[in-house]
Amino acid sequence: MNHLTNLKLKVWRQDGPDTAGKFETHIVESVSDEASFLEMLDQLNERLISENKDAIVFDHDCREGICGTCSLMINGRAHGPQRATTTCQLHMRTFSSGDEIVIEPWRAAAFPIIKDLMVDRASFDRIIESGGFITSPTGGAPDANLTPVPKPVADAAMDSAGCIGCGACVAACPNGAANLFTGAKISHLNVLPQGQAERYKRVEAMVNAMDDQFGSCTNHGECSAACPKEISLDVIALMNSDFRKAKTKNRKQLSRG
Amino acid sequence: MSTVLNAKIPSGALHEKWDNYKANAKLVNPNNKRKFKVIVVGTGLAGASAAATLAELGYQVDAFTFHDSARRAHSIAAQGGINAAKNYQGDGDSINRLFVDTIKGGDFRSREGNVHRLAQVSVDIIDQMVAQGVPFAREYGGTLDNRSFGGAQVSRTFYARGQTGQQLLLGAYQQLSRQIGLGGVRLFNRTELVDVVVVDGRCSGIVVRDLLTGEITSHAAHAVVMATGGYGNVFYLSTNAMNCNVTAAWRAHRRGAMFANPCYTQIHPTCIPQSDESQSKLTLMSESLRNDGRIWVPKNADDARPADQIPESERDYYLERLYPSYGNLAPRDISSRAAKRLVDKGHGVGPLKNGVNLDFSAAIERLGLDVVRERYGNLFQMYERIAGEDPYSTPMRIYPATHYTMGGLWVDYELATTIPGLYAAGEANFSDHGANRLGASALMQGLSDGYFVLPYTISNELAPMLNKPVPTTDHPAFVQAETEARNRFNGYLNVSGTRSPDWFHRELGKIIWDYCGMERTQQGLEKALSELPALYSEFKKDLRVTGTGENINQTLEKAGRVDDFFQLGMLMCRDALDREESCGAHFRSEYQTADGEALRDDKNYCHVSAYDWTGDPMAAELNKEKLEFETAHLATRSYK
Repeated sequence: MNHLTNLKLKVWRQDGPDTAGKFETHIVESVSDEASFLEMLDQLNERLISENKDAIVFDHDCREGICGTCSLMINGRAHGPQRATTTCQLHMRTFSSGDEIVIEPWRAAAFPIIKDLMVDRASFDRIIESGGFITSPTGGAPDANLTPVPKPVADAAMDSAGCIGCGACVAACPNGAANLFTGAKISHLNVLPQGQAERYKRVEAMVNAMDDQFGSCTNHGECSAACPKEISLDVIALMNSDFRKAKTKNRKQLSRG
Repeated sequence: MSTVLNAKIPSGALHEKWDNYKANAKLVNPNNKRKFKVIVVGTGLAGASAAATLAELGYQVDAFTFHDSARRAHSIAAQGGINAAKNYQGDGDSINRLFVDTIKGGDFRSREGNVHRLAQVSVDIIDQMVAQGVPFAREYGGTLDNRSFGGAQVSRTFYARGQTGQQLLLGAYQQLSRQIGLGGVRLFNRTELVDVVVVDGRCSGIVVRDLLTGEITSHAAHAVVMATGGYGNVFYLSTNAMNCNVTAAWRAHRRGAMFANPCYTQIHPTCIPQSDESQSKLTLMSESLRNDGRIWVPKNADDARPADQIPESERDYYLERLYPSYGNLAPRDISSRAAKRLVDKGHGVGPLKNGVNLDFSAAIERLGLDVVRERYGNLFQMYERIAGEDPYSTPMRIYPATHYTMGGLWVDYELATTIPGLYAAGEANFSDHGANRLGASALMQGLSDGYFVLPYTISNELAPMLNKPVPTTDHPAFVQAETEARNRFNGYLNVSGTRSPDWFHRELGKIIWDYCGMERTQQGLEKALSELPALYSEFKKDLRVTGTGENINQTLEKAGRVDDFFQLGMLMCRDALDREESCGAHFRSEYQTADGEALRDDKNYCHVSAYDWTGDPMAAELNKEKLEFETAHLATRSYK
């Protein structure tokens, strides 16, 4: 175990959604290279409390890269410099003594700042509520092996379903678009046999809910590069393809009932 | 004066009880369901599935979570899988076998009726989750794949890579989201329960705190479900998420819900060892890794050579040696204690000599790198991120850590607590795992409670209440609870001492881990019970919470949670001291066989210990529910 010394942190502090924010500089004299980035912030907060100051507010929970609660732009990059890694999995061994580290909240109009480094990502939940599910009332399901799902299909669904809903894709996007998030959920459900009944209704509803809240995609690909779960840009292609088909295939007009 | 606890197990043969219950349960007409409001606290597997199903049936549901989104609940972190008695592999599994494995795994300290129902319902869960689009692992022919887990000799575990909890929770979250979109559920996010309100002996609602504004408000309902998870964070370091806490269950306890078996806390054998003092949490490596990984330590104590320089003849594959028939898949409590003993004797590996090796070289040789990568790729990556070592070339280092709590709010067969109208589901209740939970059974229990049990038992409770008035939030009991909550949070802000809530939490955790962790002794527990009240009174005098109560204040939230952990910690130690036997995860050093296995005392301790709040956790009143075994035979567990 080694120690990093003399880190200069520039941390975004903002009291509330409608107040002006500013960078605050803190020097971290020493921290173990085995510490995670959030443990480094924990230690800074302990010091702030001991100095009778308010702790820095940031979202975090599982600290094992799966809940999607943690966020942070670190030196301008969503979840920091390490590829395929959430902020909570980022360890101080990635940094060097004397580094200046700039820490900001997710920057996107659809994720308003709550306080300091914490943002409101309820806009993601609205997208799921609009159609990110398979309607299957409890109790009526057929035997699980009744419908075979070819392994490559199950694997492809799982690749998309690995999205943790952290919002890094939106924060990294110059347009603040949520196409990778939305595309991932659509791709998860639309490739499975169980998802076919609502396939086109789903894509139309979710794309509309997305467009109501987020910016538009112009194929930069920053989202996939920032994604801690390495969700592929292919999910956006599938979403767009299904959305186009929905415009002609949507079956809601089939019945006048 | 102790209460006689009635578990209300339905009549009939074991396999007929649940059918008998359902056949006789009272129903609420579909048009009348909307007249009932049900509150669900927590949106993990149990909470989300209960809220979604109750709303689907037509009840008005208000769901509460302290997270920003329902999808963040800690069920999401479960890795390995979910058990179900489908017998898709044709390897001899059955509902009865899953029942017996669970009873035996729990070391004969769980209730037969509940466990058998769990095994029955397990098969419906898989059907339900597949219909919702959970991408479980498949064979090439398209059927579902299974793997085996600790404490079982069949392959009955369904999995989605190493992210089974995530996929199941997202399934339940999506069903919940659908209901939110349809208006069946109102979700209150970033809102924490701070009290439970009881009027005339019946749960009438809850008091919550909006974490963003500090505002304290009341919510009335016909029934309240606590699906608020376990209390493993009392140890400070555990595999629980940072925000997991006991507050909701504890506040219910303080209002009259009995708290059962608090000393049954599970230590998971495969976690990444602590690397330094500043560590904030421990990370689990799924037990499924034990399917293909072999656990060993150097035969010579203080052997500092790297793993690849220690020849086979100088390695001790101790689980394979001690438990040949289960080998590396021995149950969690047994594997954990074996690791602790060897590390205590100086056989530990790693820079701090605080781990044992979990070695995949044989599996890589046998199956090839690609198969191992496909099975465990994300777990290996997670390990590499945290430990900074590549598990494909160097053995993982693992060590036991607190993971799951079998104890919780006492519930009967209907999952009702001792406060009428208040239910507990998932890890928050105590009912199904006895003194030790088997791997891949937590997801099963959470979904069983939420999807398939509560919807029946709640209608049975609500049916007779149709069109009868219930207290509203202007009732004096609500007003008083709100005032008490406001005073409590103002109190934390006004102590103005010198130590942060985290400092107290760490000190509390050390005491609990040292004296009420993997091995417990009378002497140690008595020491803990003398140190805890002293530290708790220091907490009340020397706490420092900066900031205000009218804005988001994570330091203040933490203070409230640590306060409740202190009280729970005292009850845990008292319970561990009272239970003068070893069973499952509760290991009292005084009670062990000649070869170091747990020694139960069925004559004196074949009961559930359920505690009543008396105002002081050091003086909680003990009640006993006797456990009767009609089908399973009380036997000494043997995994040899």
